[in-house]
Amino acid sequence: MPALPMQAWRWSDRCCLLPILTRQGMTPPRPDHTFPRTLVYPMLSPTDTTPRSATISVLVDNESGVLARVIGLFSGRGYNIDSLTVAPVDAAGLHSRINVVTSGTSMVIEQIKAQLDRLVPVHRVADLTMDGPHVARELALIKVIGTGERRVEAMRIADTFRAHVVDTTLGSFVFELTGATDKIDAFIELMRDLGLAEVSRSGIAALARGSRVI
Amino acid sequence: MSAEWTQSGAEILLRALKDQGVEVIFGYPGGAVLPIYDALFQQNAIRHILVRHEQAAVHAAEGYARSTGKVGVVLVTSGPGATNAVTGLVDALMDSIPLVCLTGQVPTHLIGNDAFQEADTTGITRPATKHNYLVKRGEDLARVVHEAFYVARSGRPGPVVVDLPKDIVINKAPYAEPAVQHASYRPRTEPDLGQIAKAVALMKQAKRPMIYAGGGVINAGPAASDALTRLARMTGFPVTNTLMGLGCYPASDPQFLGMLGMHGTYEANLAMHGCDMLLAVGARFDDRVTGRLNAFSPDSRKIHIDIDGSSINKNVPVEVPIIADAGKALAALVAAWQASDAPSDKPALASWWRQIDTWRGKDSLKFTQNMARGGIIKPQYAIQRLFEITRARSKDVFITTEVGQHQMWAAQHFHFDKPNRWMTSGGLGTMGYGLPAAMGVQIAYPDACVIDIAGEASILMNIQEMGTLAQYRLPVKVFILNNQYMGMVRQWQELLHGSRYSETYSAALPDFVKLADSFHATGMRAQSVDELDAVINAMLDCPTAVIADIAVDQAENCFPMIPSGAAHNEMLLGPEHEESGAGITDAGMALV
Ligand SMILES: Cc1cc2nc3c(=O)[nH]c(=O)nc-3n(C[C@H](O)[C@H](O)[C@H](O)COP(=O)(O)OP(=O)(O)OC[C@H]3O[C@@H](n4cnc5c(N)ncnc54)[C@H](O)[C@@H]3O)c2cc1C
Ligand SMILES: Cc1ncc(C[n+]2csc(CCOP(=O)(O)OP(=O)(O)O)c2C)c(N)n1
Ligand SMILES: [Mg+2]
Repeated sequence: MPALPMQAWRWSDRCCLLPILTRQGMTPPRPDHTFPRTLVYPMLSPTDTTPRSATISVLVDNESGVLARVIGLFSGRGYNIDSLTVAPVDAAGLHSRINVVTSGTSMVIEQIKAQLDRLVPVHRVADLTMDGPHVARELALIKVIGTGERRVEAMRIADTFRAHVVDTTLGSFVFELTGATDKIDAFIELMRDLGLAEVSRSGIAALARGSRVI
Repeated sequence: MSAEWTQSGAEILLRALKDQGVEVIFGYPGGAVLPIYDALFQQNAIRHILVRHEQAAVHAAEGYARSTGKVGVVLVTSGPGATNAVTGLVDALMDSIPLVCLTGQVPTHLIGNDAFQEADTTGITRPATKHNYLVKRGEDLARVVHEAFYVARSGRPGPVVVDLPKDIVINKAPYAEPAVQHASYRPRTEPDLGQIAKAVALMKQAKRPMIYAGGGVINAGPAASDALTRLARMTGFPVTNTLMGLGCYPASDPQFLGMLGMHGTYEANLAMHGCDMLLAVGARFDDRVTGRLNAFSPDSRKIHIDIDGSSINKNVPVEVPIIADAGKALAALVAAWQASDAPSDKPALASWWRQIDTWRGKDSLKFTQNMARGGIIKPQYAIQRLFEITRARSKDVFITTEVGQHQMWAAQHFHFDKPNRWMTSGGLGTMGYGLPAAMGVQIAYPDACVIDIAGEASILMNIQEMGTLAQYRLPVKVFILNNQYMGMVRQWQELLHGSRYSETYSAALPDFVKLADSFHATGMRAQSVDELDAVINAMLDCPTAVIADIAVDQAENCFPMIPSGAAHNEMLLGPEHEESGAGITDAGMALV
């Protein structure tokens, strides 16, 4: 290997290839206890630590990429998405409504709303959980496979939950159930022992109660 | 296609740029943007600066934008052109710099086909920009370009990408004038006067007030800096700046405490820690500034002016948020302070200043330069002399930096009395930013003195731009504080990793003097303190671009320093200070 070009600097004797050893009489600060040995990028310790759940509705331009922007914001900043729905909500199909259920400390939820609000195609952001009472519903399709006593029992429970049968064969049902998330969770839980085979859920659609609109 | 469409998409694009007041584009050609280059060739209104790397085009546009307050414009080709620009885009996003970056794209019918030089530019740049567009129809072209400029400069400024498929710029398209109002993006700029009144009430009660002003004041334009200065003079409150805010308050003013934060002054950080009222303006409570959050300015009631609601209560909860343009909010504060007949606590303020002056007396930036012949140049001294000599020459000086120790020393020892004179990569900390940024500044101010204060490692990251300097005869001065180390990283290794200098020594540096020569620039070198002034003067006198290679003390560390995760009153001072190494235990006691 050819020798590296040496610079003809007068201080070249100091440019040794080894780490600096001589400190010209200067005592470097000791690295031990004076330095908290934390991460280079300290973890933020928010003041309030109890997370809450929030149902946030966002009115956006119905353009390509807008959902990616919203999802990217959540994944990029490490926010949770517990449920997400999106569909156009006006006749002309110009605007879509995105409903996100998320959770975090109140500082994080405020931050999520502020981050959503500054996206260019976003018209409005509403925190339905904070802004007063709201209704939140989702739809689930639940396939249950079974015969005999288990099939009868599944049908009986479906009746009490006001689930509709939208497809049936001699050995299976597809139930359609609308309601609050916990009601659907409860129904699915009961079906577990009765031949639960597959679930498809829409995620939450939500509106404020009364005459308020976002 | 309508009969009255007489111009190609490329012509429509240039017409829209012209109507947006664009004078300069920084760019690099390629297949997908050839029609745009062809249209550029046939007009004279817009000047194109050919860079040597797309990243540099973006940094140059950043330098141009930051020094002028205008939107910087970039033009790059599809695929690698666009991906090369990404670092610059993120840099501009982090530092709130208004840019419009036009990227070429494969023709619409080939999108998604893995066509030659295709990249999912809008996908890749979505988190790298404030907003981005893919133009899919000629009818949308002019509207989207106008909207891109509106979005880039409104509210919190940032970079916007417009992805332009080749068929869109070739085919005929209609023109559209800029729209009057955007449908959804209308950031609030006027302050709520109720909040202003609350803020003034807090300010009047303050016994230990502090103003913490950041880059947002610069974003808000020179009038905001004037309003800040008026407010400070009127109230008598001390002022500190973030790295990004330097210049928004005159550094020569006695009320200025210097920069705060990780490498901020003793007085600025202790005043932040000890104040009982904090007015934050256009600053985002960055972790380099706050130190350990639960120990950040613990006793203060906080007012925060910011144009972006997401900056408020992000890291630090505040009592009086004011979502508004910094200039408008500061002007409103000035008016409300004058109109209020509530007394302010003058005796308390006087004793607060006495306290601050004892902190100042510590002279936390001091260093000792061996003035003997052959003495090794201290990097701080090199900057100090650069500052003194340029100031004596009284030419307008613009400083850009790379990233590292030299950047911090520049922030500490070069002083700015006006905004828009200091261009640095703060949020992303992009090595390689300084030279192209300086290029952009020099394009905007051909007669000004533009200096890139550089490190020998950083400068190599965009050194190819020396070619651009030569082509356009831009007399940018590159002032390298050459310590042969990635000094900032070496400092962390020394302090936190047992002096194990893993891969931070640059063993085969180029001869920067010869390198300058090969790029048709002038190279010079100072190796000891007695040579420094002559080199600085020669550099400033030189009509061409210069690389001045200043051999500085390799062992120097940048102090003061608040280690990550420490509080403002746990600052580490340099070896000049007796108590260094033991932390600043007297700081807590010194607090009133
Ligand atoms: C090696 C290194 C060391 C560093 N050390 C330090 C250090 O010691 N001290 C330090 O301060 N920084 C330091 N930084 C920089 C730091 O990382 C941040 O970039 C910087 O602190 C952010 O500055 P800022 O708060 O002024 O915000 P900026 O990034 O400038 O953001 C501007 C803020 O103002 C708002 N704004 C924008 N326009 C307006 C307007 N018109 N009106 C009102 N508000 C507006 C924005 O919404 C944003 O919140 C360092 C960087 C590096 C690379
Ligand atoms: C593109 C990029 N890569 C890596 C880093 C990490 N980094 C920060 S400072 C630094 C060293 C800079 O060395 P130099 O330019 O010589 O400046 P000095 O600190 O010696 O003044 C490095 C590697 C960075 N900021 N940017
Ligand atoms: Mg170095």
